[in-house]
Amino acid sequence: MAMLKPIPGISSASATDMAVLKPVTVATPGSASDINFSRFVSDLPWWTLPALAAIFMMWPIAAYAQSTFTMADATSALIRWLPFLVFQGFVFNILISVTTMALGTIAGVVLGLMQVSPNRMIAQPAWLITQTFRNSPWLVLLFIVMLAFPFKIEIGSLTIQIPDWIKAVIGLSLPIMANISEVVRGAIASVPSGQWEAAESLAYSRQQTLWRIILPQCFKRMIPPWMNWYAILTMATPLVSLLGVEEIVTLSQQAMAAENSRPELLVPFYGFCLVIFFAYCYPIARWTIALERKYTVKL
Amino acid sequence: MSETEWTPDQPIVSIKDVHKSFGDLEVLKGVSLDVMKGEVICIIGPSGSGKSTLIRCINALNDIQSGSIQVEGQEVNAPGLDKLELRKKVGMVFQQYNLFPHKTALENVMMAPLLVLKQPEDEVEKRARALVKKVRLEGKENNYPGELSGGQQQRVAIARSLAMNPDVMLFDEVTAALDPETVKEVLVTIKDLAAEGMTCILVTHEMGFAREIADHIYFTDRGVIVEHGPPKTFFESAKDPRTREFLSQIL
Repeated sequence: MAMLKPIPGISSASATDMAVLKPVTVATPGSASDINFSRFVSDLPWWTLPALAAIFMMWPIAAYAQSTFTMADATSALIRWLPFLVFQGFVFNILISVTTMALGTIAGVVLGLMQVSPNRMIAQPAWLITQTFRNSPWLVLLFIVMLAFPFKIEIGSLTIQIPDWIKAVIGLSLPIMANISEVVRGAIASVPSGQWEAAESLAYSRQQTLWRIILPQCFKRMIPPWMNWYAILTMATPLVSLLGVEEIVTLSQQAMAAENSRPELLVPFYGFCLVIFFAYCYPIARWTIALERKYTVKL
Repeated sequence: MSETEWTPDQPIVSIKDVHKSFGDLEVLKGVSLDVMKGEVICIIGPSGSGKSTLIRCINALNDIQSGSIQVEGQEVNAPGLDKLELRKKVGMVFQQYNLFPHKTALENVMMAPLLVLKQPEDEVEKRARALVKKVRLEGKENNYPGELSGGQQQRVAIARSLAMNPDVMLFDEVTAALDPETVKEVLVTIKDLAAEGMTCILVTHEMGFAREIADHIYFTDRGVIVEHGPPKTFFESAKDPRTREFLSQIL
């Protein structure tokens, strides 16, 4: 109780941790601050996507006007590689993002619940872990997991190979875990203290209060920030290309190498990556904002 | 469990020289009062005088620094106290109703007996429906708190508390957040309850109601009980100048 923590989604800082003096009215959770990414993306007009695509495709003509490589050449190269990039590359990014999110959410919920534990021996370490991983560079975490983790585990005579992408998933799920932990803690903190007191005075145990009264109320409030983190995570999956995992950026580089590494291809190919990420995240962002609005009105 | 066996001729709630501070701020500076079974007492006084804090101490929502609070002879502040057992005996209704918004009125009433007391569902439902009827909310069983008016929500909160069959009911400024028109319906409910012999401890600003319903009135100011007495003497011949000043401002 010594530390006054700001509550995500609530604009005013908590002035006290004393239960009786907490304000009864609480600002709507999950507001502007913690879903900035989704807000920005969803505010972009629908024609952003074709506009981006057009710019990237026409780039070679503008940038390399003297070159013999035409827009048609760039387009046909891209179209040739497109199924490979999408079905072997981008699908793998999605797989990584979904697996990471699943792992990060499970660990993050556990950590978030530990953070609100009345037992300091549980709450303090959980807080420290959350803050550490929330405030560390993702790439550094990835490298640490990649290099510190064994590439195979031997159990007796059984040897289990751990593929790089699994290690990448573990590495990425650390910051996700920490951020989901904060989402959970913030959502729980946003339930008015009167709910705790009412349940307490009806002789509910702490566990019953948490699972039957508090969590059902904040479940909905956690969905928008959770989806926001999913979109951010998906955007971050190309990081694993630095570790040699064969996702879309790695494959784009391979494809360009196969096309004689023509500089004119750089912008169309990387531009295509950007476009496909945008195409995937845009509806998620729109949906996040729609849900956020819906749950805000209800409160 | 209790140190001395409690019998109904002893005070059901006994508060002796209770001190309570929030940090450097001393809110209760030696408060004592006794409540007998079936009695209705009202605690009145200016804001910040410690009335709410005092009744929150009775069901251990707040802890105390020194003194003693006993409910049915059981020390509330004892280190090894089973707070849950205490709270089964002491019901509490809050200023802000604090109904569970994700549950219907009937579910709000039924939840604690089911989860906490582990009573059979059909029996609990029967009792809950009777309680909803008792607080005059028939037909609102399946409404969510958000669909009810403040007065209706507060009556559900009273029914929810009664569903645990408490021996003592605490009311913490239960009409303070209500519209004037709905105050009455809540007060009538409390009056019915008092008439049935429920031990009630109320913190209230409704002087007329306190006078009508209370067996005994306590006036607190700056953390101490300044004066107390039966309503008639209290309202008509208050001795302490602070009480008089307060009453002259209110009445």
